[in-house]
Amino acid sequence: MAEKILLKGNEAMAEAALRAGCQVYFGYPITPQSELIEYMAKRMPEIGRTFLQAESEVAAVNMIYGAACTGTRVMTSTSSPGFSLMMEGVSYIAGANLPAVFINVVRGGPGLGDIQPAQSDYFQGTKGGGHGDYRLIVLSPATIQEAVNMMFDAFDLADRYRNPVLIIADGLLGQMMEPVELPDFITPDRIPNHEGWALRGKGSREQHTITSFDLDPVKLEEMNLKNYETYQKIQENEVRYEEYLMDDAEVAFVAYGTMGRILKTTIRLAREAGIKAGLIRPISLWPFPEKPIREAAEKVKMVMSVEMSMGQMVEDVRLAVSGKVPTPFYGRTGGIVPTPTEVFEALKREWEALV
Amino acid sequence: MKGIVAFKRPDALTSKEFTYCPGCLHGVAHRLVAEILDEMKLTDQTIMVAPVGCSVFAYEFFDVDGTVAPHGRATAVATGIKRSLPDRVVFTYQGDGDLAAIGTAETIHTANRGEKITTIFINNAIYGMTGGQMAPTSLVGMKTTTSPYGRKADSEGYPIHVCELLQNLNGVAYLERVTLLTPRDIITAKKAIKKAFTAQVRGLGYSLVEIVSTCPTNWGLSPVESLEWAKQKMLPEFPLKVFIDKVGDVK
Ligand SMILES: Cc1ncc(C[n+]2csc(CCOP(=O)(O)OP(=O)(O)O)c2C)c(N)n1
Ligand code: SF4
Ligand SMILES: [Mg+2]
Repeated sequence: MAEKILLKGNEAMAEAALRAGCQVYFGYPITPQSELIEYMAKRMPEIGRTFLQAESEVAAVNMIYGAACTGTRVMTSTSSPGFSLMMEGVSYIAGANLPAVFINVVRGGPGLGDIQPAQSDYFQGTKGGGHGDYRLIVLSPATIQEAVNMMFDAFDLADRYRNPVLIIADGLLGQMMEPVELPDFITPDRIPNHEGWALRGKGSREQHTITSFDLDPVKLEEMNLKNYETYQKIQENEVRYEEYLMDDAEVAFVAYGTMGRILKTTIRLAREAGIKAGLIRPISLWPFPEKPIREAAEKVKMVMSVEMSMGQMVEDVRLAVSGKVPTPFYGRTGGIVPTPTEVFEALKREWEALV
Repeated sequence: MKGIVAFKRPDALTSKEFTYCPGCLHGVAHRLVAEILDEMKLTDQTIMVAPVGCSVFAYEFFDVDGTVAPHGRATAVATGIKRSLPDRVVFTYQGDGDLAAIGTAETIHTANRGEKITTIFINNAIYGMTGGQMAPTSLVGMKTTTSPYGRKADSEGYPIHVCELLQNLNGVAYLERVTLLTPRDIITAKKAIKKAFTAQVRGLGYSLVEIVSTCPTNWGLSPVESLEWAKQKMLPEFPLKVFIDKVGDVK
């Protein structure tokens, strides 16, 4: 039987990662994810796993690259400025088709920003951030339980597609406490062994090599096109989202992570005031749940995006809606978390302007 | 009459032709490393990390499992490999720009952690691959494409001495500067490489062999002239020396 215990988001994600088979962790301290690295420092040696504090996020991401080359389940966690520093390495990891898991506990930016919760790294996570034609699988949880379950999903997806997976959490999720049920440790037989490509010393087989480059543009194009076949499969099979009260909705909210959670209260306020609101909450930010949003746009009068940023995901929402209905945006930035009431007030303004 | 094999390609090298310029010492360095991997019977259990630099294709020349790190990050990548598979032999092969400019932080911290890996460091005082720009090891007065008037100490500083910097770090188990200008130098270099890998196999800590090398192409000299230039200019700046030896005698 799985236990139910009270855990901080950062610690819960760390413990879940271990149970999902993470063997090696490299990271560098940064608020608001420090509990995660600290938890790993304490817990990993206890269960015979490997923890190392790197000298920087630049070193950390390259240690991840090395560990991933051996086909070992590996992860790191960081927060916004740290993830920026990892971008070159993330691009190499994607280019070399290596499985690895990243957590960005997003804080307010740009620059040093602050240490309050934010969602302003959506572009960075879903549109590249690093150089070149690559995609990350990007997931975003709204509750600690969801974050826990997502760690298992993240390692499995990374292994299945040989592609890095990014979990975008925000400082609120990292810092708050909730009772969670922790799944059991997965058994080693559930982890693919990657014998066919991993670097482990050639023994009696042919050498294995792993690179992210080809100086011949024709070959590099082939490499990129092959990656795009994988990305297409991911788009077909791995879209994840939650719909909440969408059956009779006249207004569809779109929001992810903490913001998606807060909107459930806004939706209650709206329905009490006679506005039938519902929510589409993207859980996979890439692949983006474009289809349910496109379909909702056929039925509702308005699709409103709400973010803890000045509007990043809203661009994907507008692409999905394709001008069929108005697509207003409400956001707060710099680490301010909108309250359910203020979003309700914003909704009322947009709704009254429309009807 | 039955022939004897007096000289052959080491097993640790593939049959792929080197892409290095004529007279470049990268090839000699490769051969020495490969001979040691063969002699120590390490080839099957070795994983190499190539850099970004002229030796970016080294993973194709060595017949071992291998990858290419982002520019400067070879020792971080090697750390990730070694920490995942502690019983394998892991080495990096890096140029001066890679190891002593963009990758300086990784170099120092990997050495300081006593990471049980080996680094072969090719110091040719220039950025070979990108066409002869100034390196951290370029000599004062040396003309490169980004120091066309000669490196000036008061604005670009002095050539960095990697071994002299690393010798104060407790994590280092073997540290030597060698060169490949004469047959005798080559024999010494091979011994140093053997000791460096021995340090790793024995789990003593980090090992690095700096090879004072040449770049005839970007120095604008013939292969023979470049050997002479290295002897006249490089060796006084980068004296050959065993800096740290925690290995002792090896057979
Ligand atoms: C992040 C990054 N910056 C710059 C480069 C361009 N670059 C490639 S190799 C190189 C210098 C290589 O010089 P060195 O390490 O001395 O090796 P050599 O070619 O001399 O053997 C540079 C600057 C790069 N590939 N990546
Ligand atoms: S450019 Fe210089 S270092 Fe590079 S292969 Fe040619 S001679 Fe060797
Ligand atoms: Mg060089």
